[in-house]
Amino acid sequence: MKKLFLNKNTKDTTITLTGVIFVCLIVQLWMSFGSMSSLLKGLMVPLCVYTIMAVSLNLTVGILGELSLGHAGFMCVGAFTGAFFSKCTDGVLPDGIRFLCAILIGAVFATLFGFIIGIPVLRLKGDYLAIVTLAFCEIIKNIVNALYIGRDENGFHFTMKDSLSLGLSEQGEVIINGAQGISGTPNDSSFVIGAVLLVITLFIILNLVNSRSGRAIMAIRDNSIAAESVGLNLTKYKLMAFSISAGLAGVAGVLYAHNLSTLTALPKNFGYNMSINILVFVVLGGIGNIRGSIIATIILTLLPELLRGLNDYRMLMYAVVLIAVMLFNYSEKAKDFKEKLGFMTRKKFHAKEDK
Amino acid sequence: MKFKKALSLVLVCTMAVATLTACGSKEEGGNTFKIGGIGPVTGGAAVYGIAVQRGAELAVEEINAAGGVNGVQIEFQFEDDEHDAEKAVNAYNTLKDWNMQMLMGTVTSTPCQAVAEKTKEDNMYMLTPSGSAVPCIQYDNAFRVCFSDPNQGIASAQYIGGNGLAKKVAVIYNSSDVYSQGIYEKFAGEAANQSFEIVAAEQFTADSATDFSVQLKKAQDAGADLVFLPIYYQEASLILQQADAMGFAPKFFGCDGLDGLLGVENFDTSLAEGVMLLTPFVAGDDDFSKDFKAKFGEDPIQFAADAYDAIYIMKAAMEKAGVKPDMSISDMCEAMKKAMTEITVDGTTGTGMTWSADGEPSKEPKAMVIENGQYVAM
Amino acid sequence: MTSFLSYLINGISLGSVYAIIALGYTMVYGIAKMLNFAHGDVIMVGAYITFLAMTAAGMPPVLAVILSMILCTVLGITIERIAYKPLRNSASNLAVLITAIGVSYFLQNVALLIFGANTKSFSSVVVYEGFQLADGEINVSGVTLVTILACIIIMSVLTWFVNKTKAGQAMRAVSEDKGAAQLMGINVNGTIALTFAIGSGLAAVAGVLLCSAYPSLNPYTGSMPGIKAFVAAVFGGIGSIPGAMIGGILLGVIEILSKAYISSQLSDAIVFAVLIIVLLVKPTGILGKKIQEKV
Repeated sequence: MKKLFLNKNTKDTTITLTGVIFVCLIVQLWMSFGSMSSLLKGLMVPLCVYTIMAVSLNLTVGILGELSLGHAGFMCVGAFTGAFFSKCTDGVLPDGIRFLCAILIGAVFATLFGFIIGIPVLRLKGDYLAIVTLAFCEIIKNIVNALYIGRDENGFHFTMKDSLSLGLSEQGEVIINGAQGISGTPNDSSFVIGAVLLVITLFIILNLVNSRSGRAIMAIRDNSIAAESVGLNLTKYKLMAFSISAGLAGVAGVLYAHNLSTLTALPKNFGYNMSINILVFVVLGGIGNIRGSIIATIILTLLPELLRGLNDYRMLMYAVVLIAVMLFNYSEKAKDFKEKLGFMTRKKFHAKEDK
Repeated sequence: MKFKKALSLVLVCTMAVATLTACGSKEEGGNTFKIGGIGPVTGGAAVYGIAVQRGAELAVEEINAAGGVNGVQIEFQFEDDEHDAEKAVNAYNTLKDWNMQMLMGTVTSTPCQAVAEKTKEDNMYMLTPSGSAVPCIQYDNAFRVCFSDPNQGIASAQYIGGNGLAKKVAVIYNSSDVYSQGIYEKFAGEAANQSFEIVAAEQFTADSATDFSVQLKKAQDAGADLVFLPIYYQEASLILQQADAMGFAPKFFGCDGLDGLLGVENFDTSLAEGVMLLTPFVAGDDDFSKDFKAKFGEDPIQFAADAYDAIYIMKAAMEKAGVKPDMSISDMCEAMKKAMTEITVDGTTGTGMTWSADGEPSKEPKAMVIENGQYVAM
Repeated sequence: MTSFLSYLINGISLGSVYAIIALGYTMVYGIAKMLNFAHGDVIMVGAYITFLAMTAAGMPPVLAVILSMILCTVLGITIERIAYKPLRNSASNLAVLITAIGVSYFLQNVALLIFGANTKSFSSVVVYEGFQLADGEINVSGVTLVTILACIIIMSVLTWFVNKTKAGQAMRAVSEDKGAAQLMGINVNGTIALTFAIGSGLAAVAGVLLCSAYPSLNPYTGSMPGIKAFVAAVFGGIGSIPGAMIGGILLGVIEILSKAYISSQLSDAIVFAVLIIVLLVKPTGILGKKIQEKV
């Protein structure tokens, strides 16, 4: 009898997934048949990228309960490995297969980095963990900026000095050119691919959360000592969550790299600023709340674009809105106020859960 | 939860509607030329974007006051890209929704490359005032006002070598910046053919651009008699101060990024005495500098001059091509492309500027030296 | 040898600037237990106020610094009251981290609108030129001496204040356990406001000294040194006052020496790598307190 009804978690997952697929379909239809503005059309792939980033960071911050300020570093790894692969095989492999391979390669490398970085990092706690992830992110950015890889008929050349020291022959081309990064990456990303990747990401994360491992991870978050005493392998589960999260960030990175024809590691896109931006999406959407992350990402990515009419005051307004929304969502007074209005009947049960 | 969701839904809906209506108000066959501009007006590179925006607005105002182009007024709108490729594409799309017909932008190189890809797709004419990296104008619809990075690197090396300015040269450059790295590469390449040798090549990054004592010390220990600075003037002002503090007084030589050094508020200009720079423009007694100062209360930097010229170059090409506001974007681009190779423009950043089909301007950089707190031609 | 010494002195000069910023960071973190990402931007505001007071109003340096300290203190208390206090008892301490980031954006953009994006050259508030050793090979600037002196004074006063005074005891109690402190009759909100006031006042001093040492001022001046100082504070053991000073100076020395002897391109990476290694060996920083985990 029990099997006939989906349990609550599965139902929740199904709702989220169908919801997202439904919205994606509508957007796709609107794009094909309706009159969507160029701005929105152009924003579709970035929206997918940031949603994947936010959802995957939520796995680390919300489900595993560790504050990571280095998520952009994994995105950077994915972006550069993926773009490097595409650039090398441009014209060799057919477009679709090449992009698929690039995504896989980006994901694998980012997972690997997540794993390697996770081993030392996850021994730390709280803010110390946060600062070490930030440090790794900055290291990755700094090294990528000093990386020169070229190719000629003798194979690949590599240096960390400058492109002259690559010693390329005349037919050679520089693929990664230090701070100038990779230019001329094929524009493979599209909304359809982004949406499919987003759905896959959600599927992976929601499934993980509802699985035995997911429950173990959450047990560790809630009380690591108790979890250890019942025989859970802390390192294994922590590493699992952290590397999956990193791998998905890598996928987002590949999507990002193939959306623009130029890829450079600037503080703006792969520095701690980006990590913090993604963290803002996660916290605003509700820590541990996957659906919330999606909604917050969409709102906060659209907001600065829609504020363009304000010209010089645009980023100022963005800051004000950000502070106001945080106060509205999290402050005690606002909570009382909202309760008085009778909107948030369920909130009471959640109010203290993250303490 | 419900409340939050409801709130979010309402927000998303209003936004969607807002964007829809924004594109719904299309006015077909307007009677003005719509020129868009893109550059960073917030964030670390804001100073360049704001300069470009002001320079362009000044030119547009002047042109409109004088009767416009072929009797048609120009509308100019400038969008922020925060010095980020993705934001630049968003800005470009916003301008497209505004029915932009030509693009004056973008200001910085990396975003420029990303936007060039999009203008190519739409076949829209673009003229970048200051996107100096090579791929910025790799397509035939793109042109630029400034020198390219390789061009500057080679010209600097030739100038230093040709005039026998130094035997031993040290370079301090920003290895995390496209502009700086691009110039350095070609400079180092060309140096091999010149009579001087590079004795030290020291880097810094955007994240550690405050302390240059090590780089200067290394240059000093290597016995450099000239330090080449292919960087922007903000860092250069620090380098000059720190070199002075440690008693290191070589010749300093820079590119167009150094223009603006004397405009740094409260800067002790005696430190910049003898600094040489190879630049197409310096603020001086010309009408543009005076008008700019009168309007915005500060001296224009080279970015402002490039943008001011860019608008006048567009005007010249538009008049030559005889474009009409009701032409399609693609037709306009084709006409402009042809006209660009036929015009000759005298601007603030060079006289007798002409363009080849690959988009590069032909103009001579001027070698300037700072004497008594003024730029003087060498 | 002289060049090593000269690099070392340069490292200490840079490190002393990090140290003085880190003191403010660690003070706020130690008591309020929050990463105040807006600290770097308060530094920038402090520097601008001093700059304007000196150039536009023609005030003598000392008066300008005092004015800047007062205004920054007011700013710090205002920020705390509006943006941080309402979230103090919220479910997640991440919420307040995000508002701090919002405040940081806010301050940067306000400064951009008011002061413009153009870099301003800050004239040093330190008149003393410094001295030279070993025939001018080694150069000790006046700003460095003043910064180190200021660091030591601030460090000693803060240590004394936190350990010996009534208000300091209240701070330690609040840092230990807010609930218990409140039950003991301590005004928790007042104590935290006082912490922010002190932290912001220190930020003003740090801003002035940062810009005296590296005289380039724009709306983003504070953010990178802010992050570096944050790293320095963690390095020394965040929350520990002497730790902040040691961390700051070590960070500066490592940065300069790695630039000098390894690679000027990779110095950031090296600094961060050293930080990671230190934290792995000593997970709470050099002088950090060991956290006892309660079952």
